[in-house]
Amino acid sequence: MTDPELDAELDSGVETAPPAASLREVVERSDVLVCCGSGGVGKTTSAAVIAMDAARCGRRVVVVTIDPARRLSDALGLESGLSAEPQRIDLDQDVHVEGEMWAMMLDTAATFDGLVRTYADDEEQIERILTNGFYRNMASAMSGTQEYMAAETLHALHHDDRFDLVVVDTPPSRNALDFLDAPGVLSRFLDHRIFKLAMLPTRSGLKVLGSAAQPIFKAIGKVVGSDVLADSLAFFQAFSGMETGFRERADDVVALLRADRTSFVVVASPRRDTITEAVWFARQLADQGVGVAAAIVNRVQPEFGEIEEPARATDGDDVLSSLWANVAELRAVRTAELAALAPLVELTEPAPVQVVPLLGDDVHDLDTLEQLGHHLFPAT
Amino acid sequence: MPPESENPSRSLTAANVVVFAGKGGVGKTTVTAVVARAAARSGRRVLVIELDGKLALDELLPERDGEHVTVVHLSAPEALEEYLNDHGFRRIAKRLNRTGVIDMVGTAAPGIDDIVVLGKVKQYERSGEYDLIVVDGPAAGHAVSFLMSASGLADAVRGGPIRSQADAVLELLADPERCMAVLVTLPETTPVNETIETAYALEENVGIRLGPVVVNGVDAGTELPEPDDVEAAFAGADLDRPTQDMLRDATAFRRARRAVESEALDRLSERLPLGQIQLPALPVAGLSAEDIDALADDMLSGVDE
Repeated sequence: MTDPELDAELDSGVETAPPAASLREVVERSDVLVCCGSGGVGKTTSAAVIAMDAARCGRRVVVVTIDPARRLSDALGLESGLSAEPQRIDLDQDVHVEGEMWAMMLDTAATFDGLVRTYADDEEQIERILTNGFYRNMASAMSGTQEYMAAETLHALHHDDRFDLVVVDTPPSRNALDFLDAPGVLSRFLDHRIFKLAMLPTRSGLKVLGSAAQPIFKAIGKVVGSDVLADSLAFFQAFSGMETGFRERADDVVALLRADRTSFVVVASPRRDTITEAVWFARQLADQGVGVAAAIVNRVQPEFGEIEEPARATDGDDVLSSLWANVAELRAVRTAELAALAPLVELTEPAPVQVVPLLGDDVHDLDTLEQLGHHLFPAT
Repeated sequence: MPPESENPSRSLTAANVVVFAGKGGVGKTTVTAVVARAAARSGRRVLVIELDGKLALDELLPERDGEHVTVVHLSAPEALEEYLNDHGFRRIAKRLNRTGVIDMVGTAAPGIDDIVVLGKVKQYERSGEYDLIVVDGPAAGHAVSFLMSASGLADAVRGGPIRSQADAVLELLADPERCMAVLVTLPETTPVNETIETAYALEENVGIRLGPVVVNGVDAGTELPEPDDVEAAFAGADLDRPTQDMLRDATAFRRARRAVESEALDRLSERLPLGQIQLPALPVAGLSAEDIDALADDMLSGVDE
């Protein structure tokens, strides 16, 4: 599968340096590492394993998960779970660890509240916005908000002196660009013409009433009801004056996402549908001039040698024949999986592609995470 | 009548509308396709609704002689735009950036796009053109909020066309003859835990009837011998060391995976008093239309036994 146009795009990519030879080198070259891919492919676990290895290599790293990731927080030994504040992970159990690993979880609404507090003029404006129903919906439910706040959190952590590497897991979006674009989309939304319409001065000074008389808002009010409409208009008025601050901040966040030392790692599982999504992600990123720094394929059926069953070896022996049948079944799955992931390998190379085998046991403690680490960062 | 778990094809299609829900990567689309195919093979006119702009089901459900399967795609933003246009926005929206209006409406009344989609589902159900409607539900953790959108909006919006739409959808969701949800999962720890949580959330917040849980990709392969029997067989066979090691390792690996699997399945039965329907894992990395046909036939033959 070749695509000359895409190859040219990939070749003309941002960095002139040769692609990293290994995932570890990708991490070494990064201040920010974004793990993207579809849901259920092990993005969160991969992000944690990357962070753990980086800490062992002496970095001070914080890993941000999108959801509470209960099993991961258990595996990391965080009894009360992940929180919106970074917590230090105790890696120093058997061997001394040079660096530090911290873990936290994204709190979309609280992050948005924090931005409002930063850019509002006074307490009164903060209060009016934070208690507004339209704002609460926007902070918790609007599409793109989660992506935006993940990027915002990443920006804040990048400027936090405690850390020199931020590893973030992205929301399971179908579109890689959602993450890159979200800050811009939201600031454009807040800066929108509708908003300006809502702010048209009126004679009475009763702005809400005046705006609600605009045909567009009359139509919206007819659909969603007048209470909901009044709430929305009140939000736009309360937000007045903060657009510039928000937009500038969003520009900074987007610049960080596109910085040289920000790397995108595509994570997939060896099934045709998730590989198709990963390839789609990689192409979208390439279209934006953001190359994929590495790919990770999790949970690939392990290899059990190439020894063939000798002819008539199992004549009359049920035990031996079921042992050979087992090997044949496992190999059939592996063959199908390797074929499925080939397009991603082809698209990613010469950047590193790390295949992580399915383990006998699920991740439930530091040891199982460590085992994954050996596969993600094989000793050279 | 046999208990639900023994009659998979029928228990999975026991309402006019069946919404399949489950997190990404569990094979929800596959299960939707198998159930649609099995229902079409038993003579029902089936409508398959694919959400979220995925386009996988056309390929998995090609036309087959004498079977009625129609696949349609619904996207929330498009449905909302269409709805707004039908309600007096067309002329006004022309002057403004269309997405801006839709974003504003969607944010002012979250779930409005889901309501519009569910409203369309209800319209299909009421048309009488189909005996069964299967919905390949929204991805990730969105299933609960998707199905809850109606009650959320009914609380927030006190009148107008959206409110009556929400009321009609609530009526559909609450009627066990007309609508049910089927959770799809994998026999692994995290997906099973999330399924249990989702089931309770749906029960509490939506009150929708829950069908049996479908567990996709269950290892139904060769039976593994006991470790002692393996050593005994090796003792009597002429196999070199590397061959023995390979066979032993592969068996140990498979046994460990099956232990993880059965632990997850046990917890699922313990925590969720719902029927369980298991679909076997196939040695492929993605299913074809022919695989779907075969799984549908399996499911139907299960009914006859």
